[in-house]
Amino acid sequence: MKKKTTLLSTLGGCVMIFCLWQLLSLAVNRPILPSPVQVVPLFVVNMTGELGLHFLASTARVLAAVLVATVFAAPLGLALGQLPRLDRVISPLIAIIYPIPKIIFLPVIYVLMGITDLSKITLIAIIIFFQILVVVRDEAAGLRQELILSVKSLGAGRRALFKYVYLPASLPAVLTALRVSVGTAVAVLFIAEQSLTSYGLGYYIVIETYQVLLYPEMYTGIMGMGLLGVLLYFSIYSIELKVGKHLFIE
Amino acid sequence: MIKVTNLRFGYGERGDIFDDFSVSMKKGEAWTIIGPSGCGKTTLLFLIAGLNTPAGGMISVGGQKIHRPRPRTGLVLQDHGLLPWATIFDNVRLGLEIRHFYGPDGKHSPADIELDQKRDRERVAYWLDRLNISNLQEMYPAQLSRGQRQRAAIARTLVMEPDMLLMDEPFSALDAPIREELQKVMNGFHREEGLTSLTVTHDIEEAVVLGEKILVLQQGCNVRPLIVDNHLLGEIDRKSDPEFVNRCSELRRLIAGAGEREGGR
Repeated sequence: MKKKTTLLSTLGGCVMIFCLWQLLSLAVNRPILPSPVQVVPLFVVNMTGELGLHFLASTARVLAAVLVATVFAAPLGLALGQLPRLDRVISPLIAIIYPIPKIIFLPVIYVLMGITDLSKITLIAIIIFFQILVVVRDEAAGLRQELILSVKSLGAGRRALFKYVYLPASLPAVLTALRVSVGTAVAVLFIAEQSLTSYGLGYYIVIETYQVLLYPEMYTGIMGMGLLGVLLYFSIYSIELKVGKHLFIE
Repeated sequence: MIKVTNLRFGYGERGDIFDDFSVSMKKGEAWTIIGPSGCGKTTLLFLIAGLNTPAGGMISVGGQKIHRPRPRTGLVLQDHGLLPWATIFDNVRLGLEIRHFYGPDGKHSPADIELDQKRDRERVAYWLDRLNISNLQEMYPAQLSRGQRQRAAIARTLVMEPDMLLMDEPFSALDAPIREELQKVMNGFHREEGLTSLTVTHDIEEAVVLGEKILVLQQGCNVRPLIVDNHLLGEIDRKSDPEFVNRCSELRRLIAGAGEREGGR
């Protein structure tokens, strides 16, 4: 059974991080670490302006990557999990590729696809793809034959099996995989957005603020990226709670 | 009801376990299959359920040749096979849900069924109540005991109003008192509704309690069926009576004999 995160514990975490930040900024006392008292109001104001656009651009890229990765990885994972013969052929390949940090292919993808939004999205999608693939495959392989046989005996053919067994069995797994890989996705986005783009939080943080020493503004970008990660994490988590009620039984 | 004609079936390297095997079971009869492990009990059940395909010969149920699961046949397996992500209510409703999904197509669901959501709900409520699990309907399978899960699996099957029930070691994972209780429940269905049933078991007492006809299978290749007529069906409370004990030792001898025959080959 999984442990539920409550709203209260999340709020508690937020309060703690702002306190720590404030303490640290007092202790360091240099322009590179401004106080949240200065940054937070600036963040609120900037989000309605230029920063908001950067935020939206980054969000769109991550969401597109999540969508692309899920569309390709989930069906393939299901197939591998239910067809042991296919899995035996392909799994050594996946086992090797899985632990390789896919970000190292950034230059290759840039050269092959050009430095466009598409190449940035592809890079992030590749990373999430393997996370989802492995989790869905294991989940599908874990479906006991007895369960499938008894649902078949209730009259289910391939379509009904997909709807009533494979889909509900793999959905929570897809969501968990997404939730744990969304942090990596945002991190890769940060790197990918530093080159040849004009919108995106990575671009905003490094090119527009850090390189011109606008530290408080840089922190609004950092907050934006942090918020993006947190929002994605908790939206996926809240869908998980709805979809996988049986995993959260007290 | 069930007609097995000249059946041949085997698993590759182990050779045939059925060859030219014929047996027929009448409507309303309660049968049990018993034999040493690996003798093909479950295989025969799965063949009749349409989950395995014979290598030769033919199996027909209700006059129709079986080549895929038949909509009116109910199946209960040892490991309940409930969906872990669905509540007991949804699990029991699953079969009806699948019938709605396909409609009365005659292939996945009987061609003559009426699809009525309200009637379905009443039926689910009825069987939940009949198997004494109404109070558990909002729970998930993981929250239930084994016996309760097996009750849910039986309810799920009976909701479909099958004309024949196939069960593979349905109670072997249960504690003795719960097992006996469920055996009585099954006896009740047979007595009151004339349900045709075929139960695979490795438990000799259970074979006697659940079967008016007991099919004894042997290790190796089964050619001629060994059938024991048994009028002690449902007499679980008399299991210490000499008659019951004698029947059990007779079966034990038959099973051991079947094993010896294999040893002599």
